[in-house]
Amino acid sequence: MHGYLAWDETTARSIIDETWSIEGALLPMLHALQETFGYIEPEAEGLIAEALNISRAEVHGVITFYADFRTTPPPRHTLKLCRAEACQAMGGDRLAEQAMQRLGIAEGETTPDHRVSLEPVYCLGLCSVAPSAMLDGRIVGRLDARKLETLLAEVER
Amino acid sequence: MTLRFYMPADAAAIALDADGVAAALIAAAGRRGVAISVTRTGSRGLHWLEPLLEVATDAGRVGYGPAAPEDAEAILDAVLAQAPHPLCIGAVDAHPFLRRQQRLTFARCGIVDPRSLEDYVAHDGYRGLERALAIGPTEIIAAVTASGLRGRGGAGFPTGIKWDTVAKAEAPQKYIVCNADEGDSGTFADRMIMEGDPFVLIEGMTIAGIATGATRGYIYVRSEYPHAIAALTAAITAARRGGKLGRNVAGSPYSFDLEVRMGAGAYVCGEETALLDSLEGKRGTVRAKPPLPAHKGLFGRPTVINNVLSLATVPVILDKGAAFYRDYGVGRSRGTMPIQLAGNIRHSGLFEVAFGITLGELVEEIGGGTTSGRPVRAVQVGGPLGAYFPPALFDTPFDYEAFAARDGLIGHGGIVVFDDTVDMAKQARFAMAFCAAESCGKCTPCRIGSTRGVEVIDRIIADDRREANLDLLQDLCHTLKFGSLCALGGFTPYPVLSAITHFPEDFGITPPRLEAAE
Repeated sequence: MHGYLAWDETTARSIIDETWSIEGALLPMLHALQETFGYIEPEAEGLIAEALNISRAEVHGVITFYADFRTTPPPRHTLKLCRAEACQAMGGDRLAEQAMQRLGIAEGETTPDHRVSLEPVYCLGLCSVAPSAMLDGRIVGRLDARKLETLLAEVER
Repeated sequence: MTLRFYMPADAAAIALDADGVAAALIAAAGRRGVAISVTRTGSRGLHWLEPLLEVATDAGRVGYGPAAPEDAEAILDAVLAQAPHPLCIGAVDAHPFLRRQQRLTFARCGIVDPRSLEDYVAHDGYRGLERALAIGPTEIIAAVTASGLRGRGGAGFPTGIKWDTVAKAEAPQKYIVCNADEGDSGTFADRMIMEGDPFVLIEGMTIAGIATGATRGYIYVRSEYPHAIAALTAAITAARRGGKLGRNVAGSPYSFDLEVRMGAGAYVCGEETALLDSLEGKRGTVRAKPPLPAHKGLFGRPTVINNVLSLATVPVILDKGAAFYRDYGVGRSRGTMPIQLAGNIRHSGLFEVAFGITLGELVEEIGGGTTSGRPVRAVQVGGPLGAYFPPALFDTPFDYEAFAARDGLIGHGGIVVFDDTVDMAKQARFAMAFCAAESCGKCTPCRIGSTRGVEVIDRIIADDRREANLDLLQDLCHTLKFGSLCALGGFTPYPVLSAITHFPEDFGITPPRLEAAE
């Protein structure tokens, strides 16, 4: 669950004003906007471009380059399953199958009711307690079918 | 008397409900009216025993793990009654996994309170800085060079030479940048040190600043590491309050301050020039070298960019002397390497040891083989761009040159173990697919070649003109290796070609074909 504010230009402008003067401001600015609204509203691109005196295309390029930045409001829950080698070695593929089947979506998709999205992640740094997952920022190690089922039940509540 | 307990707040322990164990322990003590304290430390690195609860006794810290919240009550009773408990592993310092190590960089990790500057100083912290201030920039660089320390991020470039280049560059502003974008699967040493002993990294960066004349530092941490970011931020605040950062560091004429910057989910930003572009607020695309970052780095200024482990090793080198550090290791690989044992391995965790130990010792003796109990079939050393080695190569010593001689790399020191259920054609395909997904797009071999690589491997797997496509894949790998701008495209051939060389049967190759190819 999240407590993001609905997009509004005044709040966005004040976040941009707070962050514009730092060295290499764009990433910290985008993170601050996303932490507030849950995503980067396309309208914000113009405001940022103006504040940093760069083109809107450059801002758009940065937003779309980095996997973290969203351009649409986030679903209620985000379940990230680590799909990198150490988790593959411990049966991560099977767990991803289980999650996809149970949620009826593929990786990278969101359920039609906008309740949960399933995202692959390439390494949470929990390779010694693999396989691992992150549900809305909460990390889980030694994931197995039973633990995953508990997480899936949680997002369906 | 208060009973002192210790519970890691390392992400690996938290992912196994260390917070729940700590809460259950406090609740159980409350019900018994027993006074206890629970200090949240980093992890000792015995990750198969996490969450590892420790209690201070007359015989040192005694461990209990892996502990679940429902075990807390019984462990507390056993401690109070001085009775045995099935999860007790005895004195943690005496554990064979720790006794076989040479912990220099990780000397304090898992022992101290990572939020306490006082605790850090009480455990020999800031002695390196003290020494650095006494000898001055020229001697600091001489010591780092003489120690033989090489870049722990994977490239293995001598740290002292990098520092010397920046020190000699003239500029109104220089920077120290710490590469904490630890994206390689199978690696977590940077995360552990940032969460478990963040002051050692801050101290190392401060020494780098003094040595090179840089007054500003950045630690670029990947966004997948929120616990590390929190620990670093708290430690930086504490260091500033304690006069160890800012104007006149530790009462000296030198000034140095630093801040944490968060990445945004791009593997390629672990490449140093892409990282610099990202810090500048741009897309993380790779820069052509030269100019080297040491000449034109962050915002075009001379910049030291080092991995977390390289910087975190500097304080011990300054404190104990270059010769002390250099005396560990073999050949041109001096000192120790924090090796990370991951994937399908029984004794997973962090093992810091002098260079020279063999791969077989690490996987079989120390790691205890696989968790699944099945035979080890392949190990990938050095992250997603590292080669897959079969047990036949387990006599390879952990050493930059020895791995290179066998077409492998030690990278950031991660070892991922696979059992005999692994499909190596699938792993080779994954390596190409990963490169395609994470390519910054600047150079053609990496951007296009990786996608073509996936397609060619698919055809090989489907037995569509297998011979011709194997030749094509070799040729494509050659182009990637020699035509890419950075290690992402340049090293992706390592996992692909090593999988074909050592596990040809998974690609439908019969032995005669392999001989013909050799």
